[in-house]
Amino acid sequence: MSNLLDLVVSGLGTGAIYALAAIGFTLLWQTSQTINFAQGEFVMLPAFLMLAVMRAGAPFWLAILIGVALSAALLGLAFKRLLVDPMLRHGVLPLAIATMALSIALKESVKTFYSAEAQPFPSIAPSGSLSIFGASVSLQSLCVFAFGVVVVVALNLFLDRTSTGRQMQAAAQNPTVARIIGIPVERMVTLTFVINAVLVALASLLVTPIYLAKFSSGETLGVAAFVAAIVGGFNQVRGALVGGLLIGVVDNLAAAYVSTQYRAAVPLALLIVVILFRPQGLMGRAEERTV
Amino acid sequence: MRMIAAAGLGLLALAFATSSRAQDIQIADVAELSGGGATVGTNWKNGIDLAVEEINAAGGILGHTIVVTHADSQSNPGVARAQVQKALDSNPYVLLGPGYSGSVKATAPLAADAGVTQIMGGEAAELTRMGDKFLFRTSFGQQSTMPKVAKYMADEMKAKAVAVVWVNNDFGKGGREAIEKALKDLGVEVVADISTEAGQVDFAADVEKVKASNADAAFVYLNEDESARILKEFKRQNVTVPLMGETTLVGQKVIELAGDAANGARAHVGLTTDAPVDAVHAFRDRFVKKYNYVPDHNGLKGYLAIQMVKAATEKMGKLDPKGIADALRGLTIKAADDPGILMDVSFDENGDIDREGFLVEVVDGKQVIKQILPKLH
Repeated sequence: MSNLLDLVVSGLGTGAIYALAAIGFTLLWQTSQTINFAQGEFVMLPAFLMLAVMRAGAPFWLAILIGVALSAALLGLAFKRLLVDPMLRHGVLPLAIATMALSIALKESVKTFYSAEAQPFPSIAPSGSLSIFGASVSLQSLCVFAFGVVVVVALNLFLDRTSTGRQMQAAAQNPTVARIIGIPVERMVTLTFVINAVLVALASLLVTPIYLAKFSSGETLGVAAFVAAIVGGFNQVRGALVGGLLIGVVDNLAAAYVSTQYRAAVPLALLIVVILFRPQGLMGRAEERTV
Repeated sequence: MRMIAAAGLGLLALAFATSSRAQDIQIADVAELSGGGATVGTNWKNGIDLAVEEINAAGGILGHTIVVTHADSQSNPGVARAQVQKALDSNPYVLLGPGYSGSVKATAPLAADAGVTQIMGGEAAELTRMGDKFLFRTSFGQQSTMPKVAKYMADEMKAKAVAVVWVNNDFGKGGREAIEKALKDLGVEVVADISTEAGQVDFAADVEKVKASNADAAFVYLNEDESARILKEFKRQNVTVPLMGETTLVGQKVIELAGDAANGARAHVGLTTDAPVDAVHAFRDRFVKKYNYVPDHNGLKGYLAIQMVKAATEKMGKLDPKGIADALRGLTIKAADDPGILMDVSFDENGDIDREGFLVEVVDGKQVIKQILPKLH
């Protein structure tokens, strides 16, 4: 029993990592109909920005602040102005392909300017473990999980209960009508990108001590997060959390009770089942579009 | 008239330049410079560049300058094959790389067909069993190391039941096959056979399986980053079963990444910059000075690949690309005569290597050599 609990808790920890990255997918889709295939690299990059600041002699806390600020500027504002704006007018597909190119560019830049080697990264979470019903729970994983839950709750409250959040949703659902009723659509969309950039920087801070700072660490994370977002529901922030946690737990249980060799196939099988029987995702809502 | 004379001089200069270029030793390297194997490929490339710089500074090979071109396999066997074909089209003196066994397997037939000697970093046992007369290793193959590892586990660790944890790629599959055979030959039972994925983050289920198997020891055969993660997971789950591995389990980077969790891990190491050999320490110092980090065994492999080219060419006494493979087969290079080779090494008919090896344990975050395994011949 403690083994099962251990596997579930550990899966929740890994799932929370996927969820943190998946939130970005849902957030950008929900508010600006953008799919960012560089999301995994967006989680990878801020850790290197912080490491670079620390290498210059700054203490960790200052590196965090600068890393978050740089992330907001580069992965939020610059990403929106230099890549999304010029590409989005050509449709979602060209933008999706452009973000794939961005993902390669980010990976290779980090490798060239930093190193191909994985780097250790300091943890803001305590490194010990808790024993819960005989299962050993990593405090780092617990912090990631708690952060994921807080982010989802806070974002849902922000989007549903605040004027700015509702304006952001209106801007995403129908930009033309939103403009007519006086919503600053451009500002709302930019704000979404900045929020995503700050969130990935915080996710990077929590995830990198577990993943290690490596130029390629976003590859696996990006794919897992994308699957998690689809399974949970691409148009719901809380769907990202549910999808991420589910994928993390299913992956662990599949490895333990089905086969370690086919563990990677089980989440993908889950993805296929969800697409076939509930294409809007477990927590998503069906959308209809005029064509 | 002046213009004609100038054009004539220009042509003469071009011809002279082309002729001097022809005297250079053109070596092609195809390595994992991006993708999942970038750590391997970058170390390999840096080792090569350091050796080339040193040899050229000392007058080159038989007075000829070495010129290396590096190509990126992107850690993908298909891309590696295309890059090797491109490299072979330029008639290189020798082909270096790739480092991944899967990429070596995909590219070796091309080099063999072209009659170009390929010196590579792959360790899968099958590579030198394909009957390829142009393929040479820079490190031990799994068929050489695994019997030693199995013997150590049976004799020194007194293991009767072993759990084998391996990474599901060509490197891991070859290692798993070789260690399980070697353990069974010694009467040691393999009680758990656990496959993992490259890039895997969560090893909770795998460690649970090791625990549930009641093994006396676990053999862990993963790439570096994953080795660090599984070591942390073993520590988190308070698993005290002795851990044994190969070079990747106790590499410098793994120790740095895993921290305390690496303590107690043991491994057979063919090449390590912590080897108790002065020449290896001097190499490490020069590498650190140039690149500002401590190389792993792949840095040593790249360095030694160039030294192998030098030794074989000097043995022939002339630049003969077709003769390199013959010169290397059966060759013993002594560090006393050729300090660049760092440790005495011999090559057999299959391109396999014979050299001193080390049994290492991580103690207080440092590799400690527990046993030196002498050359077999």
